[in-house]
Amino acid sequence: MKQNAQYCPPRFWGLFLRCVCMLLAVSWLGAGAHVAHAQEEKPIRWAADASSDVPYTFHDLKDQDKLTGFEYDLMQELGKHMGASLQFVQNDWDGLIPGLQRGLYEMVICGIEMTDEHAEGIDFSDPYYITSERIVVRRNGPQLKTLADLNGHAIGTIKDTQAERILTENAKVQLRTYDEETDAFMDLANGRTDAILIDGPIAKYYGDTNPALQVVGEPIGRVEYGIAFAKGQNAALRTKVNAALATMQHDGTLHRVLLRWDLWTPEMAQLTNDHTTLNVTPAAWNAYVAELEGKGGWRIKLERYIGFLPQLAKAAWLTLLVSLCAMVLAVGAGLALALLRLYGPTPLRWAATTYVEVVRGTPLLIQVLFIFYGLPEFGISLTPFLAGVVSLGMNYAAYEAENYRAGLQSVAHGQMEAALALNMTHAQALRYVVVPQAFRLVMPVMTNDFISLLKDSSLVSVITLTELTQTYIRLSSSYFDYFGTGLMVGAAYLLLGLPFVRLARMAEKKLAQPHMRRR
Amino acid sequence: MEDPVVLSAEHLHKNFGEGDVLCGVSMQVRKGELVSIIGPSGCGKSTFLRCLNFLEIPDSGKITAMGVTIERKDAVWRRADEHMAHRLRTHVGMVFQSFNLFPHLTVLDNVLLAPRVVKGEGGEVERAEAMALLEKVGLARVAQRYPVSLSGGQQQRAAIARALAMRPEIMLYDEPTSALDPIVAEEVLGVMRTLDDEGMTQIIVTHDMRFAQVASDTIVYMDGGHIVESGPPEVLCVNPAHEQTRRFLRTLL
Repeated sequence: MKQNAQYCPPRFWGLFLRCVCMLLAVSWLGAGAHVAHAQEEKPIRWAADASSDVPYTFHDLKDQDKLTGFEYDLMQELGKHMGASLQFVQNDWDGLIPGLQRGLYEMVICGIEMTDEHAEGIDFSDPYYITSERIVVRRNGPQLKTLADLNGHAIGTIKDTQAERILTENAKVQLRTYDEETDAFMDLANGRTDAILIDGPIAKYYGDTNPALQVVGEPIGRVEYGIAFAKGQNAALRTKVNAALATMQHDGTLHRVLLRWDLWTPEMAQLTNDHTTLNVTPAAWNAYVAELEGKGGWRIKLERYIGFLPQLAKAAWLTLLVSLCAMVLAVGAGLALALLRLYGPTPLRWAATTYVEVVRGTPLLIQVLFIFYGLPEFGISLTPFLAGVVSLGMNYAAYEAENYRAGLQSVAHGQMEAALALNMTHAQALRYVVVPQAFRLVMPVMTNDFISLLKDSSLVSVITLTELTQTYIRLSSSYFDYFGTGLMVGAAYLLLGLPFVRLARMAEKKLAQPHMRRR
Repeated sequence: MEDPVVLSAEHLHKNFGEGDVLCGVSMQVRKGELVSIIGPSGCGKSTFLRCLNFLEIPDSGKITAMGVTIERKDAVWRRADEHMAHRLRTHVGMVFQSFNLFPHLTVLDNVLLAPRVVKGEGGEVERAEAMALLEKVGLARVAQRYPVSLSGGQQQRAAIARALAMRPEIMLYDEPTSALDPIVAEEVLGVMRTLDDEGMTQIIVTHDMRFAQVASDTIVYMDGGHIVESGPPEVLCVNPAHEQTRRFLRTLL
């Protein structure tokens, strides 16, 4: 029986493949069941990027499994007023609008400014919140109180916002734009910039809560937020939402929500024509401040880190699952591509070469976005998980193909001849003689590739998958704790990768039978 | 009564693009015959041998082996031709100068792979047969070792056992002892002599004149893509008809 094991791919890999296939099947079943469940109730889906979006929609500092935020509360009220059930969908900021057009959800509410540029791509509800831009500075830095003061200084803001446009028009500042609010405030606190011009709520929640910073000067300009809908679709839903918003303005619901977050503005009073003073304590604001103040101290930190563990485990599991499935796909497709390039008929050989060159020549991020948001235009609509696996797998397939091609070519020509002379067909010679030898040669490179795939899997966070890196961004930005959480997430990646390094080394030893030893 | 012809080549031509390597070579081999093909390097003898089992595809000519005929009429090598070559190879085994054992398999598995893959025979019977073959070439003790741990002579004998496992009627040897020192080469030649005694038809491309002289039924002298002359060793070596042959033999002996 021992001989049999020599011909099939060694038992170890068979087992490995089977495990991965089972994982894949289980996760698809899970995804399927989830979709079926969602279709029964038909809730209206709305999306936001809750990973780092205080005070709009974010994960409660006390209980990371719970969402909160003034927009989140507003949406709960909106659901009640519409008599509809609303369902939250997490998506990365850059993917929010594409996801809307893809039909992943019907609405986006994420502090989207109602500018003319935005209105070209999406439809807006009536504004639900009006605020203005504020200047935030370091307490011990230059006190820049007006737009004119900013001249000649390094000023930070969020990219593609009205604040950015205001700063661009004021041509004499050194503009620094950021994706994440936390990064902008980090740089201000560390002295890399001298001030930030940013939307009122962000200035308040990030600037006023940081002892090193303060919000200064008068409000600048006017910023209106609206709920976004896919362009030219969902007019009926938009009407219903507008009606509910109007009711919420009249019955004081909106007022109360904003007061709870201490975000009521004179502009809002003007908009709603509601100049009353309600007796509502800013409970949400107080809770947030209290939670932030309690963030010092090792015991509290430790407790919080322990609280992160379930989330990290979940994210690590997703990272692992995506990576494993992608690697299986990459190995299979890569081998097929390599064989086609070497032995296929001319048109297929040409196609395989083109594929490899195109995939290797374009960024993985573009490929991920293209497969998830681009392909649906051709009727190929993949779940986020599948899209992640396919894009990572097909990307790595190109690299594996080159790897295998080198391996196949380094198997001596005489091996193929000997097999043919023994009356094997070309296919049999490849299958039993050439490929097994090539496989042993490329094992070490494949291991390295898997480790980098594990890390590249962080890119699937742009298609709504909350894996390790996404979790790091969320946790670190809600606590301004890049260090501790960074160590934790880094450790998680290492722990994920280590078993595979060891496994590969074992397999290498097992496969590198005495024949690889030179006398 | 003469033995029947089991292999015939007629007017084989081969050109690799730099002049003709084979210029209309014809040859007939009878059952049980041991034919040695000799000649200077680059005379086309290896190419001729490789054409006999279509590892090299002749440009024109006709080959019949054990009743399987392939005739090259035009430049196109068709699927049907590949099919016929496959059938022809069931009767013809081959051994290479560089052994070409499969390094990822043990000696026994090297012998068993082709029967298993091609014929689907992988049972205890074939295993016993394979062991018997290894016994015959004196390698039963190293059946579970990997090729790299074997000496050159052992590797070449394993390669012969591997070819024999497909039960060919004709064996081709492409300079089987050129990579071996004379003492080790003797092990390999001994196996070939045993096979000759058992009635195997064998065609050997070789530089070993001593073996060719002692063991061959027929020696074929090739030069410049032609068969210059052929005949039994006692004639060809002692009294060759051509000056070319004489000169070649003189340089060797």
